[in-house]
Amino acid sequence: MDGLLLARIQFAWTVAFHYIFPPMTIGLGLLLVVMEGMYLKTKKPLYHAMTRFWVRVFGLIFAVGVASGIVMEFQFGTNWSTYSRYVGDVFGSALAAEGIFAFFLESGFLAILLFGWDKVSPRMHFFSTVMVSLGSMFSAVWIIVANSWQQTPAGFHVVGEGAMARAEVTDFWQVVFNPSTVDRLVHVLIAAFLTGSFFVLSVSAFYLLKKRHVEFAKASMRIALVLAITASLAQLVSGHSSAQVVAEHQPAKLAAFEGLYPETSEGAPLTLFGWVDEKEEKVKFGVAVPGLLSLLIHGNSGAPVTGLRSFRPEDRPPVNLVFQSYHAMVAIGMAILLLSLASALYWWRGKLFETRWLLWAWVGAVVLPHLANQLGWMSAEVGRQPWIVQGLLRTSEGLSKVVSAGETLTSLILFTLVYVLLFVLFIYLLDHKIKEGPVEAGPEKGGHRA
Amino acid sequence: MSLDLNVVWYVLVGVLLTGYAILDGFDLGVGALHLFTKTDEERRLAINSIGPVWDGNEVWLVTGGGALFAAFPHVYATIFSGFYLALVLLLFGLIFRAVAIEFRSKQPMGWWRQMWDVSFSVSSIVSALLLGVALGNVAWGIPLAPDHEFAGTFLGLLHPYALLVGFTTVALFMMHGSIYLTLKTEGALHDKVRSWINNTIIFFIICYATTTMATLLYVPHMVAIFKDHPALFVVALANMLAVANIPREIYHGRDFNAFLSSCAAMAALMALFGLGMLPNLVYSNPNPDLSLTIYNAASSQKTLGIMLVIALIGVPLVLAYTASIYWVFRGKVKLEAHSY
Repeated sequence: MDGLLLARIQFAWTVAFHYIFPPMTIGLGLLLVVMEGMYLKTKKPLYHAMTRFWVRVFGLIFAVGVASGIVMEFQFGTNWSTYSRYVGDVFGSALAAEGIFAFFLESGFLAILLFGWDKVSPRMHFFSTVMVSLGSMFSAVWIIVANSWQQTPAGFHVVGEGAMARAEVTDFWQVVFNPSTVDRLVHVLIAAFLTGSFFVLSVSAFYLLKKRHVEFAKASMRIALVLAITASLAQLVSGHSSAQVVAEHQPAKLAAFEGLYPETSEGAPLTLFGWVDEKEEKVKFGVAVPGLLSLLIHGNSGAPVTGLRSFRPEDRPPVNLVFQSYHAMVAIGMAILLLSLASALYWWRGKLFETRWLLWAWVGAVVLPHLANQLGWMSAEVGRQPWIVQGLLRTSEGLSKVVSAGETLTSLILFTLVYVLLFVLFIYLLDHKIKEGPVEAGPEKGGHRA
Repeated sequence: MSLDLNVVWYVLVGVLLTGYAILDGFDLGVGALHLFTKTDEERRLAINSIGPVWDGNEVWLVTGGGALFAAFPHVYATIFSGFYLALVLLLFGLIFRAVAIEFRSKQPMGWWRQMWDVSFSVSSIVSALLLGVALGNVAWGIPLAPDHEFAGTFLGLLHPYALLVGFTTVALFMMHGSIYLTLKTEGALHDKVRSWINNTIIFFIICYATTTMATLLYVPHMVAIFKDHPALFVVALANMLAVANIPREIYHGRDFNAFLSSCAAMAALMALFGLGMLPNLVYSNPNPDLSLTIYNAASSQKTLGIMLVIALIGVPLVLAYTASIYWVFRGKVKLEAHSY
């Protein structure tokens, strides 16, 4: 089999698996800060039981995230060593910074979060929770910096010729704040908040439906719903802004998002859904709103938008895959918004906790942000193809020279087996923890040192 | 050799990897010895003795890898792609270890716990062995092509010297781990673990002496610097004294001093290794001219400078909270509701 394809499949598979967990810890981490903060403020045993339960769940998610994350840190060297030589000067710094600024903070204070209940004061424990939450976000910052540099490289120059050529930093802050960093970071963090809050909402809705831990579930739900409503509205703004950055800096990717072929279209339509025929270069069975794409990007329904025919066929990403994943992400985003707003309405009318269909919807809705995360990354990364660094280095040029296709196949099979096992164990233990539920705080067990 | 940014980064990467060896060294060692504890309570105590810290300890490896990527990208690229299967095995070792620690005590069934106990111990031993074998290869030298690429084979990495360094690493971590476990336990388990230390020290000293002899005889480039600068023999002496001090402290019941001695011995060993390698990061064998050095494998001066600023901000913070975490979890390990 083709070594390049295998290495790409392996990277996609390992990163997709890994990416189940960090958004959950980022989102849940923020909610833990709120829950424990409320406990410190009100001293109510309910918030204490709540924090302790979600901390236990957090620990499980974090462990699988770490186990699968080490693979990512090393995979640039193992399978993409030519890429690593080319970009190490720029890209390596971001990964090293992630280790120094984020991982130590996260893993260090996580120890206190999980095991330090009786060893430090409540304030110190809360401080540790804040540090873990910050650490998880810092980690996102540096990874998004590194990845955004692949999308919209800046602050570097190329030194050397041919096989010895490589990118070297000229301006560190331009590398960090390259044109897409801020928008993509905001988009990813909001998505993580949605992932965490939908998870808490799903578990809480399940408890309410089963009439277990009712007070706990209602209180958890209220906290998470505030975050879910805020984040789903904010994501609308962030998604729009992100797409504008893509239009400006990666027009081929935007054209693939929208299945837009003509070299330039004045009054470009927004295709709501359809199927892209890449041979005939058009969208079939599609429904489109004329002029809307131009309006969304340029604020003017007559403004020109660049299409795929402006790029040589070898410089275009796989169009239908990008189109479908992007459209599915947007559709799921809308469903997330709709569910959040509907729940806000029922909450306002005081019927949130009694409306069974809505609670059932929440139980299942836990998968929505995960799907949107995966599809969003798929459209972002496949949309970057055929480049590993946009306009600079092709994915086919980044591969390790000394790793055979057979070796990659071996590792891919092993990763598949191990990750499937990990996932089954994760779900099994998560299910076990959820069914076990929180330890209800009795009157004498209300104190911090219970 | 002047003190330029390349040397500074050689030292910094060395410090990160030494931090990793000392810290993850004891928890890998505790894992390697795990099956010698018998009852479920003993095993839980052993796991919980490293419970709050093993994860942070592993971050030293991840950050060391990141620093290598940033400062010496050619080394990162050559080693990780060249040692492909070995590295994939190491990753599986580390994954299984993490999972075993996390999942073992979550279910009461005997077979469940036994299965994870075995995974924990085997993956700890395999991880330590592979790290040592990698180090042995870097010291011995690997075939490199003019474009910096690895030109050897997987089986070629398993030569006797590399395996010897691998076993020495396992022995070192076992010794270090047994001392740590003595420090963290009390009562019957403490006495039991304490009685292991003699054996782990003997195992280590046999491996250590053999490796030293083999290095003197067969790896002359690793000892050249000590011939040229006899003053550096102090480091070897310090290493010897630190090792010799361990049984003395144990005999007097000063577990903590014994642990510090073991840490010092490991730091001195890494310093010996680092001095021996200079200025090479990966020695090319059979053609030394193709070696990856701190100059031909490095990032630009600009990047090394930027990274130095990052390290100067970050490393003191890292040391501060690593120290705080160890302070919070000082003393003997106890089983509590939230333990593993």
